[in-house]
Amino acid sequence: MIALLIRDLRLALRAGGGFGLGLAFFLILTVLVPFSVGPQSALLSSIAPGILWLGSLLACLLSLDRLLALDFEDGTLDVLATAPLPLEAALAVKALAHWITTGLPLVLAAPFLGILLNLPPQGFVWLVASLLLGTPALSIIGTFGAALTEGIKRGGLLMSLLVLPLYVPTLIFGAEAARRGAVGMAIETPLLLLAGISLGSIALLPFAAAAALRMTIR
Amino acid sequence: MSLWEYANPVKFLALSARVQPFAWAAAAIGIAVGLGWGFFATPDDFRQGSTVKIIYIHVPSAWIAINAWIMMLVASLIWLVRRHHVSALAARAAAPVGLVMTVIGLLTGAIWGQPMWGTWWAWDPRLTSFLILFLFYLGYIALWEAVEDPDTAADLTSVLCLVGSVFALLSRYAVLFWSQGLHQGATLSLDKEENISDVFWVPLVISISGFTLLFIALVLYRTGTEIALRRARALSARRDASA
Repeated sequence: MIALLIRDLRLALRAGGGFGLGLAFFLILTVLVPFSVGPQSALLSSIAPGILWLGSLLACLLSLDRLLALDFEDGTLDVLATAPLPLEAALAVKALAHWITTGLPLVLAAPFLGILLNLPPQGFVWLVASLLLGTPALSIIGTFGAALTEGIKRGGLLMSLLVLPLYVPTLIFGAEAARRGAVGMAIETPLLLLAGISLGSIALLPFAAAAALRMTIR
Repeated sequence: MSLWEYANPVKFLALSARVQPFAWAAAAIGIAVGLGWGFFATPDDFRQGSTVKIIYIHVPSAWIAINAWIMMLVASLIWLVRRHHVSALAARAAAPVGLVMTVIGLLTGAIWGQPMWGTWWAWDPRLTSFLILFLFYLGYIALWEAVEDPDTAADLTSVLCLVGSVFALLSRYAVLFWSQGLHQGATLSLDKEENISDVFWVPLVISISGFTLLFIALVLYRTGTEIALRRARALSARRDASA
């Protein structure tokens, strides 16, 4: 499993494109927001948590089609499916690699983009905390979506249509936790529910993803 | 004699052909009586005036929209466990019906909400969950259309339906947490005192039964169509192979 993780991480780092693109997209989206809603700092600081959450969600989504596509094309997935390692574990590792290369950089970059959007000072900790708890769920749900649409020609747009509704609960609790943190309200409830969604998804969705992938590549 | 006999398409079609005339007739009578009674023979509401009468379409369509998804969930489970093709095709046949009912529920709600709440749309938990349900229907139908191999399509959509059900339920409670409601509480419930006067209740229940029968008739009809389509494809494939 560790060998697979290291392989995926190396590929993501060296193959180019995948690693920095999500971050660059996140940056551009955040920069575009003041252009579209105006530069008033009061307005920006009230929508900042939501915008940052939406930005990381979309950046995650955009990197999903690379998650399995390359391995599907060159036959690595067929090898993985017949390997002694269960396909469930292989997909969980792939989701982990996706999170390390996409989710984690987004979490680390979010505070800096928060400055651009005039996020209130007390909001930074909770923004990072909510993203740290929520992005694993985004990665694993995305892995399920990628497994579901693998093998479909031009499946990218279809995957967005399937994955985005699944992102709704994560987004609601994550953005709500970040917003409450920014205005100084109690944040335990949404943060705990967010953690619950992440843990539940990590526990159950690898099985669903592996089941869907087996149906495609049998 | 067991329920699983009707997994055989021939037996299913025979039963469906026998049931369908009754289902169509009963649905027509139920809807005609329910709507006719509701529209013309019930008094206007004290505060809402005649706009209250949209309830005879709004509630039944919302009822079908949710129950169609539950029916698809059960059919998907049967397909995954027992591999009966009729079951997968029934789930496929039900999806567009559920989608249309969701749209009708949303539209009638908006038409009623404009004069009553003063707005076409509010980000109320119930309205929002219905919008999310609509998105789930769209994704489900799009996945059916996108996969070429019919068995793989049935497999993948079944898994999506299972996972989607869990997330739809999660979303339902997430939006409850996220926003305060504008929508009134349940009109009909089994465990509470009635929230609605008998004058409105009787035609509403008749209308709901009519819509349910209409749903059954439509799903039987559409499943028959799907089976015929599958058969036609198999025949033309066989002809191409022998030619």
